Formats: sequence, C-alpha cells, structure tokens
Amino acid sequence: MDMVRGHVLCCGGTGCTSSGSEAVIKEMESQLKANGLDKEIKVIKTGCFGLCALGPIMVVYPEGAFYSRVKVEDVKEIVEEHLLKGRIVKRLLYQETVEDDSIKSLNEVDFYKKQHRIALRNCGVIDPENIDEYIATDGYKALGKVLTEMTREEVIDEITKSGLRGRGGGGFPTGLKWKFTYNAKGDKKYVACNADEGDPGAFMDRSVLEGDPHSIIEAMAIAAYAVGADQGYIYIRAEYPIAVKRLEIAIKQAKEYGLLGKNIFDTGFNFDLELRLGAGAFVCGEETALMTSIEGKRGEPRPRPPFPANSGLWAKPTLLNNVETYANITQIINNGADWFASIGTEKSKGTKVFALGGKINNTGLVEIPMGTTLREIIEEIGGGIPNGKKFKAAQTGGPSGGCIPASLMDTPIDYDSLIQIGSMMGSGGLIVMDEDNCMVDIAKFFLEFTVDESCGKCAPCRIGTRRLLELLTKITDGKGTMEDIDKLEELCYNIKASSLCGLGQTAPNPVLSTLRYFRDEYIAHVKDKTCPAGVCKALSRYIIDRDKCKGCSLCSRQCPAGAISGKVKEPFVIDPDKCIKCGVCMQTCKFGAIYKK
Amino acid sequence: MKSLADLEEIRKKASAGVGMRKDTHATRIVVGMATCGIAAGARPVMTAFVEEIGKRNLEHVSVVQTGCIGVCRLEHIVEVMVPGEEKVTYVKMTPEKARKVVAEHIVNGNVVSEYTIGNAE
Repeated sequence: MDMVRGHVLCCGGTGCTSSGSEAVIKEMESQLKANGLDKEIKVIKTGCFGLCALGPIMVVYPEGAFYSRVKVEDVKEIVEEHLLKGRIVKRLLYQETVEDDSIKSLNEVDFYKKQHRIALRNCGVIDPENIDEYIATDGYKALGKVLTEMTREEVIDEITKSGLRGRGGGGFPTGLKWKFTYNAKGDKKYVACNADEGDPGAFMDRSVLEGDPHSIIEAMAIAAYAVGADQGYIYIRAEYPIAVKRLEIAIKQAKEYGLLGKNIFDTGFNFDLELRLGAGAFVCGEETALMTSIEGKRGEPRPRPPFPANSGLWAKPTLLNNVETYANITQIINNGADWFASIGTEKSKGTKVFALGGKINNTGLVEIPMGTTLREIIEEIGGGIPNGKKFKAAQTGGPSGGCIPASLMDTPIDYDSLIQIGSMMGSGGLIVMDEDNCMVDIAKFFLEFTVDESCGKCAPCRIGTRRLLELLTKITDGKGTMEDIDKLEELCYNIKASSLCGLGQTAPNPVLSTLRYFRDEYIAHVKDKTCPAGVCKALSRYIIDRDKCKGCSLCSRQCPAGAISGKVKEPFVIDPDKCIKCGVCMQTCKFGAIYKK
Repeated sequence: MKSLADLEEIRKKASAGVGMRKDTHATRIVVGMATCGIAAGARPVMTAFVEEIGKRNLEHVSVVQTGCIGVCRLEHIVEVMVPGEEKVTYVKMTPEKARKVVAEHIVNGNVVSEYTIGNAE
C-alpha cells in the first residue's frame, strides 16, 4: 500500500455530477499526475455532502478545506498551491468556513451545526464504491454482532425499543412491522426495500444509496435474519442510474466478501439480494403496488388487509421498509436502542433527512433531530430566503402532504405535529415558497402530478382527482364561483374516504391544506378576480405607468403579440385583449414603468 | 470472509485512510513547504514523515503543509503539535532526522531537543 498523506474528496452524487464534478475529478487526477503527487494524494469520489447548491464540492484532508463551486479551471490552482505548496486557495473556500484567516471545522458552519447525521453519516465521507472504506467505518459490524450474539427476538426488541418509525412517510413503528413479519406463518419470507422515491423535489433516498449503499445492504441482511427471510429485493427507479450502479457494485463486493450469499459469518444464515428497476410510476411507491411490480405485473395497488407482513411478495410474508428506515438500523444495533431513543421527541425518535428545495439559499440535503422547528431549518440551516423575499409557506410530504404557513413556523417537526397541522412528514421533500408563489397554483401543480400518476384502478382517484384539477383550473382562470370552493372541499373529503390506496387517499391534501391556511387567496381569485401573488396568467395584467413611461417605444417593438401601442415620447398603453402576458415588456423597459397586477 | 476476526482485520487495514477525514484533535506535523523549504529539500523530509507514520500505522497523526515560517536560513523546518502540549519546532531537518522524530517524539513522547530551534540558535 502506498503511503498517502492527503485525501481529496469530490462529490459524485447526482447533484454535483450535474454541475460537472466528473470533469473536475478527471482534471484533478491528471493534474496530480503532472505534479508527481498522484502517489501521495488520493482522490475519492464520495456521495452527497448535502450542500448541492454549492456544487461541485471538494474537501481536502487532513486540513479539512471545503472548496465549493469548483470549476475545471480551478483545479490546477488547487493542486499547485494547496496540494504542492500547502497554501489553501482561499477564494475557492466555502465562505462560511473562513473565519479570521483560519478554517472553521465543517461542524461549526451554520448549515451543518444543527444537523445530526445518522442516515447520512457516511455520505461525503467514504468512497461508496469501495467496501473496505465502509468496513473501516464499522461497516458490517452490526451484522456480525446480530448473527453471532443476538437472537432474532432480541434484534426485534432492540429495534422496537429504539422507537424507530417508518421514514417513507407513514411513520408506522418499524419494530412492530418486523414483529408482524416474524410472527407470520410461511415456509418462505422476503424482505424488500422501497427505493421508489417519487415525490417531486425529494432526493434523500437517492443520496443515501449513492453515498452509502452498503448500509442498506447490511440493514436488509439484519432484517432478513430477524424476520426469517433469505431473499431480498431493492425496488429502485431506473431514473437513478448512479444509485443503481453503486448498488450493483456494492452487492457484487459484498458477495465477494461472503457478506451476502450462503452461510454468512459461518453461522448458517443465508441471504441474497437482487435489484428490481421500476419504470418511474409514482403509484409503485405504494407498498402493494410496489410488490405487484416486483412480481413482474403491472404496478397497481390492491386492498389491504391482508398486509404485506402476512401476504406480500408472491403471497408470502414480506417486510417492506424505506431506504432511510434501513439506513438507521445498523446504528441502532451498534450504539444501542437507548442512544437512538435519546434523540428526537417523545413519539418521534431519531432524525429525519429533508431535501430542501424551492426558494431557499442552501438547496440541498439536511438531516435534523426530530423536533427541530421549521424556522431553524429554513432560517438557520437553509440560510433563509433569497433576494430578501418574505417566507410564505413550506410544503412537506410532496403531493401527499400539505403547506405549513408562516404562522406555524415554530412547530416542531415530527410525525404527529405535522399531521395535526394538516400536513405530513412524507418521505422528506421540503419545498420553500415565498411571497411570489400563488397557493392555488401550487395546489394545482400537485394535482396535475397526481392526475398524471393515478394508476386508474379505482374511480375516486382516477375521476376525482381530475375533477379537482378542473375546479382548480377554473378558479385560476378567474371563472370560479364561491360554490366551486365548497364543491372542491367536499370532493376532497370524498376522495380521501373512498380511494383504494395511499395515492388517492392523500392526493387532496395539497388542496385541503391550502384551503385551510390560504382560503383568502382562493377567495381573491373568485371574488376579486385577482391573483395576489401575480402568478395566475389569466388574472394578471401588465400595466404601463403613465408617469414613468418616457415613450421610447422599446416595449412595443419587443411585444410578440403587437399589444402595445402609442406615440413616441408619449406614454404607451397595453391592450389587455391582445396581451399574452409573457412579461417581455416588463423585462425590456429601462425605466421600470411596467408593472404587473 | 468467514468470521468476525476477518472483518476486524479488514477494518484495521482500511481505517488508517478513512481516519484522516475525521475532525479529530490529533497530532499534526506541519512541514514548511514554501520556496525556501522546497529548496532546502522539504519534499524528501515530508515523504519520510508520511512513510514512517504509515509504517507504524499511526492513525491519529496527520502531515500537513504550510508556507514560509520566516527563518529561511534554518530550513528545513517542521513543527510538531501534540494536543495539550507546547508546539515543538525542529530545524534543518533531513529524512533521517524525520524518522527519529517520529520514533522518539511522536511514539515515545520525548522531544528530540538536539534538533529543536532552541538548540540551533
């Protein structure tokens, strides 16, 4: 083994890959060679660091220098200055880490300070394509412990005691689920992992799989031992090519080491794992549909009971957990249930990963202890709203969740308090909205999604969501009546009560929660025929301020619809009948004379 | 792999590398690598430190570079910072001296006073 004195960690997650980290890594490798440093400095492609907005991210150890937005052109400077001469390239450092000429530890930066990384512990730390690095961070130790020291009942007790609840959104106690599957009678049992992450804006599961695939494999093996299964499936969407590739590599390496397969650790325990690629249907994230899809059939849900614990894959008892749930398992075994239960709130233990998106400075991935308030996530970890705009609402739980208004920003985030305020944890997407977002339009956006993604098996969801969308469109077009709002609400409750699966049962949530907190915006659309945020095109108007207009005619020359007319050096006017509300005139006006109402 | 001992074997072998990435308050060997340092032969000295530390599997020690320390005539200069102890500055280092510093100072805890800056002046 060559002696290495420094590590360059480059993010190879999907976020940084799309901002060009592949090219940066290549350049780094060739620059190191050119300077004769390739033997003493090691380049490691890791998973997500979480600060996707600042990608590509590069961290150099042992100094712990955190470089952000590294471009290919910058690499030469980093190699020649930092790696060769030991002078850290200050201009490329993430500015939050620089303090009085020295580098702060990452854990002291606002973005990381309040985070508690359990599920993401190895993301951005190890090379996910190298099983040895996983083992170096106590990987597969939990599996060894479970197989050689613990009975199946003890494992289930430990998970139950930890208070871990399903991270896919529902929040069902994980230990109980394991127990049901353990108790179920059957000659063959299965374990499965739900990696069909479909909520718009959510990418926690992808990041765990990309950054730390072995933690899921190990946890599934532990689960299989506990419930008495010998075969596992990971159902992952084909749109996650990097995650699929790393999982395939990880499974292969685990098999080579004998950590998957027959007679693991010489204990007689057998476990094999396979991937199943989903074609990206949202409904396949629903457990019964997911299992139908694994069986090779069209992904449609079926009524419960029977629950998968009794009759799942091929009608055999099956344990299905979400990626993030599994990501916590090894840590609970290694550190004990009491340790895990000491984090979080009374009924929601541990941490939760959120994908921060929308109108927020630090777009990315954060893991926080349960009970952290929305305000801490947005203002402290997330770095606030860009451009000095005002926070309006946060959307959690994607198309199944709801909006949390500014007045409830101090609500602690856990399963129960989110349900209480009409939203839900969901898988962990957190979309931040500012004053420029129209809440009716947001509800419409999510309904468009569910209408597309409804599998069509049951009528309330197939037809009901479409009627909801039609009513919302009518309102945003300015043609709605007050009766429509009542009808909308009534329909929501009917769909919730009568749909077959979770997709339909939760699809009306975005409408209900915006109605609950932003009813005034609905009423403004209906009664005043205006969109307060100026988003709904049919209700907005572009107007030229007569006092500010200099009559330069620039706007009228740019208008694609020929809707602006007037005499040069006199105020121009916009004909609302011809105007297509594209906004070009507002952008071209040099005097700020055009505004939107 | 058939036993927990095998797993522990791999863990030990691999952990030396990963340990570098943890924010621990470990011993730091700071090597002056400005133009003066490089001219005085800093690279072989640094390589000697890295090799020696690797050979002895000293996970808690990191080798970092720094710029000009200011006494160019005494290059090659190396500073050793052990947590909780005063910083020790070694001057006019060579690869042989470097190996001795690792063995005496880092491992056994005895400062090699004959190489220190106080002795040179």
